[in-house]
Amino acid sequence: MAVQTTQTQASVLNNLDAVRAMIRRHKRNDILFAAVGLIALMIGLLTLLTLFIQLVSDGYPRFNLQFFSDFPSRRPGSAGILTAWVGSLLVMLVTFFTAVPVGVGAGVYLEEYAPKNLFSDLIEINVSNLAGVPSIIYGLLALGLFVYGLGLGQSILTAGLTLGLLILPVVIVSTREAIRGIPVAIREAAYAVGATKWQVVSDHIVKYSQGGILTGIIIGMSRAIGETAPIITIGALTFIAFLPPSPISDVAPYLNFEWLSSGFTVLPIQMFNWLSRPDHAFHINAAATGAIIIVVTLLMNGTAIYLRYKIRKNIKW
Amino acid sequence: MVNTQTPLKAESKDLNFFYASGHQALKSVSMPIYENKITALIGPSGCGKSTYLRCFNRMHDLYPGNKYEGQIIMHPDNTNILEHGVDAIEVRMRISMVFQKPNPFPKSIFENVAYGLRVRGETNKRTVADKVEEALKGAALWNEVKDRQQDLAFNLSGGQQQRLCIARALATDPEIMLFDEPTSALDPIATANIEELMSELRHKLTILVVTHNMQQAARISDYTAYMYLGEMMEYGDTDTIFTRPARKETEDYITGKFG
Ligand SMILES: Nc1ncnc2c1ncn2[C@@H]1O[C@H](COP(=O)(O)OP(=O)(O)OP(=O)(O)O)[C@@H](O)[C@H]1O
Ligand SMILES: [Mg+2]
Repeated sequence: MAVQTTQTQASVLNNLDAVRAMIRRHKRNDILFAAVGLIALMIGLLTLLTLFIQLVSDGYPRFNLQFFSDFPSRRPGSAGILTAWVGSLLVMLVTFFTAVPVGVGAGVYLEEYAPKNLFSDLIEINVSNLAGVPSIIYGLLALGLFVYGLGLGQSILTAGLTLGLLILPVVIVSTREAIRGIPVAIREAAYAVGATKWQVVSDHIVKYSQGGILTGIIIGMSRAIGETAPIITIGALTFIAFLPPSPISDVAPYLNFEWLSSGFTVLPIQMFNWLSRPDHAFHINAAATGAIIIVVTLLMNGTAIYLRYKIRKNIKW
Repeated sequence: MVNTQTPLKAESKDLNFFYASGHQALKSVSMPIYENKITALIGPSGCGKSTYLRCFNRMHDLYPGNKYEGQIIMHPDNTNILEHGVDAIEVRMRISMVFQKPNPFPKSIFENVAYGLRVRGETNKRTVADKVEEALKGAALWNEVKDRQQDLAFNLSGGQQQRLCIARALATDPEIMLFDEPTSALDPIATANIEELMSELRHKLTILVVTHNMQQAARISDYTAYMYLGEMMEYGDTDTIFTRPARKETEDYITGKFG
């Protein structure tokens, strides 16, 4: 009896050793993977960081208010990005007012109203594919449709509409994702008290998916602000020494839409323009502009994360 | 089992139900629902209790392809609420529902209860506030939340949230209230609260409740229906079902030999 006990004890101990060895082995894989992942992450982050530091140190001499308030010029030292950032801002304004109503509307419709059939599946696939179409194709489309077809010219309106189209898939997809995140139970709760579809959509669906939708919009906009190819395709000016007419006027109705048809340039095009000059002094301007574009993009993404966090804080599911 | 004293509030007649997949979840279910009484639905998992309950507020309409056959007649107006001409929204305004898991909206306590009134177009602030108070009192939640009605509903405990959902369903003065396993996500004390509440509510309205808990069915209900594989196996007053069931299957289920 006693002998038997020691035997089982021995086998238990043996077993335990084997189990511990196995756990150690598996843990080694954990560490290995963590290391590989960290290296991969570092490669990405460090490349970006190096690039950013490079741009900042190259463009350093131009970081002053003057740079933001000067028109472009033949003399690199007194050339600024005034027309470029005003152009970017106005184009983004048009992009926002195009992509948001259309994108959110389409997303809500597809998720809540569209019957689920072959046709809606087809639309679904196409919307996702649209996000992968190279941006220059949008430029070509816009050249044919907006510039020549509708006669909108090489204007801020054309550029804004083009970028609006470009980020439409992002807005639609993020709207749908956000809506899908709402639990069925909440939806049913709303219907169960007698709400109509429209009441459910406007009182609940849109409100609870705000965070996700907003994130999608901002991420789309931050992509649009750096886009160059489609803007060049529709023929944005590379050198522009005047500002578009102001959107705000001092006589009623205080709004002015002439700026929509004005010629323009945007930050990445200004940067591209300076880069293509042989004079090295212009490259400093280009680097400074590049750094500014990156900062703006990072700020926008940061805002997206913050808003998402703030809005989600009150929603637990 | 015909009861001549108590008036009928509703009755299902030869109710068949088919999910979009083609699965027939209810087979010719006929059953009376008496006014101001609690009717309990019991039966093993998957027998169709929730499916049956959700026919009463046309919840199945939310998903395309589902099909009802037969009738659910509501009294005293004799409306067949499954008829195509009857709007599902009208039905949901008369018959409200409390779900298995508390599902408050991510809004304030007040707005949760007020939502049914808002949907009905009630804009008078005074009326809404009075109705909300009345509903919260009816759901035995008023004392706990009267000073923090603007707090988020998610900050309440599970049992409080479920009572909030009851208040929400109550605020619009429904004729029938449906409960789908309303206490299965709650601890015994919260469960006892809700059971007491339901017994209380019966004086104002008619209740149809699904439960997995035999003691609960025995404790709170006046009538009990035993369902199995989409069919109504036995229906009767709760005392009879629990003491002298007519069918062997019912007895086996109630005593825990099966299911
Ligand atoms: N959406 C659906 N599509 C197809 N079949 C379904 C669907 N929902 C439920 N069913 C089936 O219908 C039958 C009845 O389901 P139901 O949810 O009504 O059961 P239940 O009695 O409420 O069960 P439980 O006690 O587990 O909640 C089951 O066989 C189930 O698999
Ligand atoms: Mg169920």
